[in-house]
Amino acid sequence: MALFEARGLHKRFGAQVVLEEINLAFEAGQLSGIMGPNGAGKTTCFNVLTGRYKPDRGSVRFDGADITGMAPHRIVARGISRSFQIMNLFDEYSALDNVVIALPQVRARGFSVTHALDADTDARDRAEAVLDRVGLKGRERVNVRSLSYGERRALEIGVALATEPRLLFVDEPTAGLGTGATARLAELIKELKRHTTIVMIEHDMRFLFSLADRISVIHWGQVIAEGTPAELRENPWVRRSNLGGLA
Amino acid sequence: MESDTKQTTAWLTAPILLSYAVFGTLPFWIEAVGLYHYLGAEILIWVIFALGYNLLLGYTGLPSFGHGAFLGIGAYAFGLAQFEVWPNLWFCLAAAVVVTGAFGAATALFLSHRRGIYFALMTIAFGQIYFFIASKWTDVTHGEDGLLNIARLPVPLGPVELPTAGNIEFYYLCFAVYAALVVVLWRLTNSPYGRVLRAIKQNETRVAFVGYPVTFYKWSVFTLSCAVAGLAGGLFAMAQEGAYINVMSLQWSGIIVLMVLIGGGFVSFWGPVLGVVLYFVARDVLGAYTETWLLWFGLMFMALVMFKPQGLAGIWQELVRRTAARRRRPARATEAEG
Repeated sequence: MALFEARGLHKRFGAQVVLEEINLAFEAGQLSGIMGPNGAGKTTCFNVLTGRYKPDRGSVRFDGADITGMAPHRIVARGISRSFQIMNLFDEYSALDNVVIALPQVRARGFSVTHALDADTDARDRAEAVLDRVGLKGRERVNVRSLSYGERRALEIGVALATEPRLLFVDEPTAGLGTGATARLAELIKELKRHTTIVMIEHDMRFLFSLADRISVIHWGQVIAEGTPAELRENPWVRRSNLGGLA
Repeated sequence: MESDTKQTTAWLTAPILLSYAVFGTLPFWIEAVGLYHYLGAEILIWVIFALGYNLLLGYTGLPSFGHGAFLGIGAYAFGLAQFEVWPNLWFCLAAAVVVTGAFGAATALFLSHRRGIYFALMTIAFGQIYFFIASKWTDVTHGEDGLLNIARLPVPLGPVELPTAGNIEFYYLCFAVYAALVVVLWRLTNSPYGRVLRAIKQNETRVAFVGYPVTFYKWSVFTLSCAVAGLAGGLFAMAQEGAYINVMSLQWSGIIVLMVLIGGGFVSFWGPVLGVVLYFVARDVLGAYTETWLLWFGLMFMALVMFKPQGLAGIWQELVRRTAARRRRPARATEAEG
């Protein structure tokens, strides 16, 4: 059985149906890609899968348990985490503090009044290790506002990673990145993939096809194609749209 | 820019000790500067209220425009506990805290899943509801007349009882409460809990997505802030020797926001303290010259919001940063100035 499974998800906002009928399954240890044209419902799909919105119909199961409509913090506690397409960081905090707050050990003491975070060297070491992993070593004490765009994108993933997820959702990590930064990001995702199951929405087809084990194509609120990158290269829709000159 | 979110593990810091020194000696010099002892007590009571309020506004970024209601509820609870149950200081203060905290907890159930303008509007609505209940439920609150003759209860300390009837004695009771509370709030704001509150102010969505029950945090901080307001309300009832409805009005709820903002509650733990002191000193000093002092205070507030939105504490932090920068790079600084 798949680690994560969505069955018959339907979501509408007012009269507008954004997700018609979404069926997805993500296997443990794989990197699953989600692609599709703008406005296809990819990010809404992510939002439903990670608890930001409740689906109107359908079910989401993770590791055998039903997590449909569960609040985001409960989903995180079960081992699912996500990064955002539009950056969602704590702008007044340093890179390190952005990560520290996401650590499970800090979360476990969220209501502690006597615990002093600055004296918690274990939390700091772990947070530094996370920053090192996403390539932000040496930038720990820098305020988020002073980080470059590429660094903030890396931190966006770092914060999601700090919750120590078993399943990581990544929403368009390459958005706005140049070639150099995209190459570095590919290295990072490759490294993460060895320890974590990843689901990634991505527009950059070259990037996605080189990293993903399986890819689902979402269009008109439905999964219209699904398969390995090699299979999808032969898919008529993918060929017709000639995404990134791959076909 | 270095991040200034550094937290401390200390229970007592230099600013806390400085505040102890200033407020602790206040009765000895306040008359020499032309003010009076009762003002000192008034300031400390509002400082307590403002520090609690700033947990909401400054730390969590939740603007409550109905907080005066909770100060009033604390005052009534203190008076009623004294008249109807047991005229003991500890008991009555505890009653004020618990009753106001309970009102806050119930109110927060309707507020804690809301954000921004909707949150603010709901706080105004609840503030008004409590105001009208207090004005109409005359059997309990005595309406516009207020609860009169609330006594300044002595402090029971084992075999001895310290009197609080005189203004200086009462002042030291307020000081003792302040001294204890400021340490509790300092530790609270420097704990993981405090850091989560500040994160909620910056990005509520992300806090949920790194695994925190945001609604529960908002509920708890609202409740806590109301409990502190209740404590201030209990002291306020003793100070005024009565509980009156006027502090529950929308206007007074606005004034506490103004005090905290003018002091710089968004950028500093000490913002509310500075703001309250400025407000009361302005009231008495400007008020001695003109009846329209609130107009001048309002203009000062406008100027501050326009030019220094981070308030007095923000101005101070900027000065400290500049001096530090000048000391670090003396050569370049003189060059730039020259």
